[in-house]
Amino acid sequence: MITRLPERWQYRLLLWPLPVLLLLCYVVPFAGIVTWSVTLPELGVDNYARLANDPSIHAVLWRTLYLCTIVGVCALLLAFLMAYCWLYSSSRWQRWVELCIFLPFFISVLVRTFGWLVALRNNGLVNSWLQELGLIDSPLALTRNTLGVIIAMVHFMVPFAFFPLLSSMRQIDDRVLLAARGLGASRLRVFISIFLPQTLPGLLGAFIMVFVFCLGFFIIPAILGGGSTLMAAEYVFLQMFQTYNWGIGAALCVLMLVLVSGLVWLLMRFSRVERLVG
Amino acid sequence: MSQSRIRLERVTKRWDATTAVDGISFDVTPGQFVILLGPSGCGKSTTLRMIAGLEEASDGQIHIGERDVTRLPPGDRGLSMVFQSYALFPHLSVADNIVFGLRSRKVPKDEQRQRLAKVAGLVDLTDYLHRKPAQLSGGQRQRVALARSIISEHPICLMDEPLSNLDARLRSDMRREIKALQSRLNMTVIYVTHDQVEAMSMGDRVILMQHGKIVQDGTPDELYNRPASAFAASFIGSPAMNLLPLEAGKEGAVIVGEPHTPVAPLEAVGGQLGIRPEDIALSTTSTTGVPAMVVSDEYLGADTIAHVTVGNHNVRVRMSGKHALAGQPCRLYWARENAHLFAADGLRRDDLTPTPLPRSPHSIPRPPVVGSFQH
Ligand SMILES: Nc1ncnc2c1ncn2[C@@H]1O[C@H](COP(=O)(O)OP(=O)(O)OP(=O)(O)O)[C@@H](O)[C@H]1O
Ligand SMILES: [Mg+2]
Repeated sequence: MITRLPERWQYRLLLWPLPVLLLLCYVVPFAGIVTWSVTLPELGVDNYARLANDPSIHAVLWRTLYLCTIVGVCALLLAFLMAYCWLYSSSRWQRWVELCIFLPFFISVLVRTFGWLVALRNNGLVNSWLQELGLIDSPLALTRNTLGVIIAMVHFMVPFAFFPLLSSMRQIDDRVLLAARGLGASRLRVFISIFLPQTLPGLLGAFIMVFVFCLGFFIIPAILGGGSTLMAAEYVFLQMFQTYNWGIGAALCVLMLVLVSGLVWLLMRFSRVERLVG
Repeated sequence: MSQSRIRLERVTKRWDATTAVDGISFDVTPGQFVILLGPSGCGKSTTLRMIAGLEEASDGQIHIGERDVTRLPPGDRGLSMVFQSYALFPHLSVADNIVFGLRSRKVPKDEQRQRLAKVAGLVDLTDYLHRKPAQLSGGQRQRVALARSIISEHPICLMDEPLSNLDARLRSDMRREIKALQSRLNMTVIYVTHDQVEAMSMGDRVILMQHGKIVQDGTPDELYNRPASAFAASFIGSPAMNLLPLEAGKEGAVIVGEPHTPVAPLEAVGGQLGIRPEDIALSTTSTTGVPAMVVSDEYLGADTIAHVTVGNHNVRVRMSGKHALAGQPCRLYWARENAHLFAADGLRRDDLTPTPLPRSPHSIPRPPVVGSFQH
């Protein structure tokens, strides 16, 4: 050893990289974005005024919130069912559920999105199967619209909802459920008044996580929406790289960040984060 | 009243390889306070849960009152249950916890409120009704669990180690409260415990279990005074009964390693002699009785437990008061009716009577130095 620092300092030295990294990767770029939003194209709050008044931006924002809510609800429902299955099935079934959750994790979003494009387009797998089964006459419109975007986004988000939900379900004491049965409650009632309320923190946490993730979605709406489903992230991209409206893009970024911070604060406030990942 | 009779017939519970409960039968008469006693893992909770309907019996029948309830869901059995570890609903207030059962059975709101007020007063929880279980002490949680089950006013209450998480002081208070409640409401109670003090002090009747089978079924008195097996003998009483293996001596069976004092007829050889620590008198002055050596003594306040060796064996002797006898030779004496004989397979032998020990505590006119017979 070259120098012998006191042990206390050795630990502190190890603590340094994280704040430095955060500073370099988040704080500095964010300061840059904020600066752009009030200086480009000229000094002032014009960009924010446009955010408040431009109906086309409002449309994008509402569409984003609406899509994120739908995706959040759908992903939550699916993840809830899967977590419930996992909880009450044999260990072999549990492995299968895990496989279904983990496998897509290893495939890049881009590949998955094109996969969905192949599956959902007019002469794609889904439509041709449905036609062969005689369920439909002409192909359903599953791409280049909101439906396709929702399907692919839900698929992407289910694992993110699955784990917090599973974790909150696993914290429920079986004996408490048995006690409710013993007190004369039917299975349905046990589920509704004992099981479900105890997963509420998990549900809320999972929803906010999915929602926040969805706000920033770019590739899926861009590819599967085919321009018809313009969401906030794609809008920012267009403003910055196609029309060189750096200021308005930056202002929208700042707005989104404020929204996300608000949601994360809610998350911290109402469900204990450490219990969702534990 | 006969609807609170509980009858089990050869009830069995198997899980793949393990048989948790192995063909047990008993019949509880209305108003009885029955204890299911036994070491951890002997199948007490499983038995109780089968009676409650939370676990399906693999075999046998369960009758409550006149009905065969073996396949009925828990809600239709007309009984309530207090769980090991309480199992309170963490997201509900104390009041909601208590009335949960009434809500499930759609009892009118007004009646719910009245019964809640009454029961909360009974278990002294009136001031805590708005709290969540996490904000209560162990004893309070226990009372919530109790209230949650008695509010149903079912004539039968099953309790699974309801006091296991409490400290000794609270435990003895709660024991009395539960007992008082039971006689006031004239409930039939089956109460699971592995604590023999609880069993002896609360039960009208004790059913002792081991490995899923009933070892003995009788009053606390019978269990204490006439244990049916060496296991029953060692399970009840504290410190446990001394069990001494017997071998053949000149004039009868003797304790292994102590060939000079016959303690039982020759037929008892191979079995064990059981004497409770409190039934042994220890004297350092007597010249008759079984010779022994005091190894150590434990002073417990009201009495002292002396650890002595007889032959190759450790024997515990309980004496009232304080004694410091470690290292001294002594003699042990017990009355014949306090000695129990067990066969090699552990079962009680009533066909033999232990040999009486010669008793002449004052044969040597020597002043007592430290100890004297304590009886
Ligand atoms: N769901 C289960 N699956 C398999 N075996 C079980 C199950 N539940 C209990 N057992 C086994 O059955 C036996 C009896 O269990 P039980 O819970 O009735 O014991 P107990 O007498 O209540 O013990 P304790 O005093 O520790 O509560 C134990 O050996 C236990 O391992
Ligand atoms: Mg148990």
